[in-house]
Amino acid sequence: MADLTASGFSACPACDAAPLAQRLADRADHADGTLILSLPTAHCATCITDVETALAAHPGVRGARVNLTLRRVTVDAPGLSADDLIPVLAGVGYEAHELDPDALSATTADRQGRDLLMRIGVSGFAMMNIMILSVAVWSGAEAATRDLFHWISGAIALPTVFFAGQPFFRSAWSAIRVGRLGMDVPISLALVLASAISVYETMQSGHHAYFDGVTMLCFFLLIGRYLDHRTRAIARSAAAELTALEVPRATLLADGAEQVVPIASLRPGDLIRVRPGARIPADGEIVEGRSEIDRALLTGETLPVLAAPGQMLSAGEVNLTGPLTLRVTAAGRDSSLARLTALVEAAEAARGRYTSLAERVAKAYSPSVHVMALCSFAGWIWATGDLRLAINIAAAVLIVTCPCALGLAVPAVATAASGRLFRRGLLIKDGTALERLAEVDTVVFDKTGTLTWGRPVLVSPDPLAPDLRPVARALAEASAHPLSRALADALADYPAADLSDVTEHPGFGVSGRWQGRAVRLGRADWLGVADDDKDLPTSATWLAVEGHEPVRLDFTDELRPGAEDCVAMLRKAGLRVVLISGDRPAAVADLAARLGIDDFHAGVDPRGKEAMVADLAARGARVLMVGDGLNDTAALARAHASISPASALDAARVASDMVLTGSDLAPVADAVATARRATRRIRQNFAISITYNIVAVPLAVAGMVTPLIAALAMSLSSITVTLNALRLRDGKE
Amino acid sequence: MEILSILIPISLGLGAAGLVAFIWALRSRQFEDPKGDAERILSDKWDDRPRPD
Repeated sequence: MADLTASGFSACPACDAAPLAQRLADRADHADGTLILSLPTAHCATCITDVETALAAHPGVRGARVNLTLRRVTVDAPGLSADDLIPVLAGVGYEAHELDPDALSATTADRQGRDLLMRIGVSGFAMMNIMILSVAVWSGAEAATRDLFHWISGAIALPTVFFAGQPFFRSAWSAIRVGRLGMDVPISLALVLASAISVYETMQSGHHAYFDGVTMLCFFLLIGRYLDHRTRAIARSAAAELTALEVPRATLLADGAEQVVPIASLRPGDLIRVRPGARIPADGEIVEGRSEIDRALLTGETLPVLAAPGQMLSAGEVNLTGPLTLRVTAAGRDSSLARLTALVEAAEAARGRYTSLAERVAKAYSPSVHVMALCSFAGWIWATGDLRLAINIAAAVLIVTCPCALGLAVPAVATAASGRLFRRGLLIKDGTALERLAEVDTVVFDKTGTLTWGRPVLVSPDPLAPDLRPVARALAEASAHPLSRALADALADYPAADLSDVTEHPGFGVSGRWQGRAVRLGRADWLGVADDDKDLPTSATWLAVEGHEPVRLDFTDELRPGAEDCVAMLRKAGLRVVLISGDRPAAVADLAARLGIDDFHAGVDPRGKEAMVADLAARGARVLMVGDGLNDTAALARAHASISPASALDAARVASDMVLTGSDLAPVADAVATARRATRRIRQNFAISITYNIVAVPLAVAGMVTPLIAALAMSLSSITVTLNALRLRDGKE
Repeated sequence: MEILSILIPISLGLGAAGLVAFIWALRSRQFEDPKGDAERILSDKWDDRPRPD
């Protein structure tokens, strides 16, 4: 998680809100007319033309440029706001969201990536030109010609090493200052020592100079660095984009007037208004209004809960039917969101820091390389007493052991694997996530919002007589309640009946008059029929028409696409699948039966979820947690690896290692398989580079390595490792 | 061997020209959107005349 905090995320949604609010306030001041919109659906040449033409035709737009790699459009339109342009794009069929340019400035410019590319270009130029001269030396250039070639090589190599080697020197220096030996210390030592010895040899008109090896080293190692950087940058910018989509604002009631303010500025005692369909911004007590509350993201319950004056609500719940006025009781750090944060932090601390394979290899590698170079130096001094020869051999040992292949082993595989998963709709946020995912043997799913959409669908319109269906549709259209919306969607093929006096009764239902008869759609107890849906896996609403028996309409929670395949594939791969939900036992049991999961737990609170994941871990299981709600965040942070869908709350996405960008759940099973293959490739790559060292090191210690052998071995091992990693891209085993 | 005094500067000059071209491309942000540039070639929008900048 260290990476996440460093890149500006924290596990505390409330803490995130404060700087974001600050940015929102700042934005108005330096409006230079550049807007950035996210275009999640753009994918082809036509999309580029459509978007750019539509925007350019809009009055006030001076220019628009689509970046298809980042799926964004940058619009130069002084005086216009995103709200003016989003409908323009919707008009030509593209979904667009406003992005906060300040939050993204670091990723769009991507100075670090360009900087690395520049160093790669320079060292590539130097490597190739020196190699032309070196080939002449190897094939037998003698005396003055050889010296001239060495001098020219040196004149190219020294500035190159000085410029291109800076990332290694800097990181080696910071490692030494804190008393550690990273991979970069032997690299820097090899670069400096080999350059120095080559200059000395050239001055003495010696036979061997390592200028080609030194620049080649820079070139290959920088490629590894760049791949590593790019994987991180893509993940980070996409994660930043997800965050930039949620703009936290609240409607404050001050002296009877409504005023939109950042959530961070709310104080206990403030009166806030929450419209139907909006998320509740802070903990509070209802002072006015009746409604129903969707608590799915907090508790996993699918059924809405009735809300009336005097009741306490928590931040993160969604108001469904009627407008509510709340008196804020706790905001920011004191809110229930922040209390949950404490749980998440404790869970993260309990998981501990994961040491990646590369770090473990580096730990063993650096000391042994130094010891070997030192031993061969001492050995040759003792045997021959020739200082120049001994230093030459020590430098050769450092160069051949230099971790070109080791430096490429992990980034090349990570780039191939994360590219593959990104194309299938899974974003990797954490560097060690792939390795941890590969070790997983148990998968814990949340129900509402993860395996299911968390929104109801009508089981069947059959209980409704055909002549009542238009009535049901007309009543359903009058309300924003999820059950009403689902009913209206299901009956979209029928015309809406002509009703009069349609009124919504928040928390109960909708009433109206149809052909002189009273019609009502709503809760069982409001219509005066016996409520027996407690034991059924479905939720229900009732339609009552004067002169008819009330009709019960059942709704079920629809499965996410790919959920069945995903569970089946995970079980086939030999993983244990567990379902833990905060919802009612009947609903959980029904879903578990549909998916063939026999290990399920219902009615579990957030603390319970985390405890169950911790308990599984204590019994030796490596748990992958897949969840979306606030009630899952602690469990997500506690698990060995974690995935959340893009529809999840910000807090859940921040706590998890991977984010599903699409709606399909199938990439989860694919991710486990890809991660296992990627880890196997990384191990193979380590084996390749270690084998190469086992062959090359004795030769170097024995003083038999010439610059030609070093160059050959170095490029061969690097290319083998890269090709091995690329095999991951197209899914063949 | 005198030919070397001509050939070596030429080979270095060609290499340097390549490096300068690369630096120019990088500075003018031609590596920012590789996917978009690959698709833009298919668009017939600026086929008749160049894009006015």
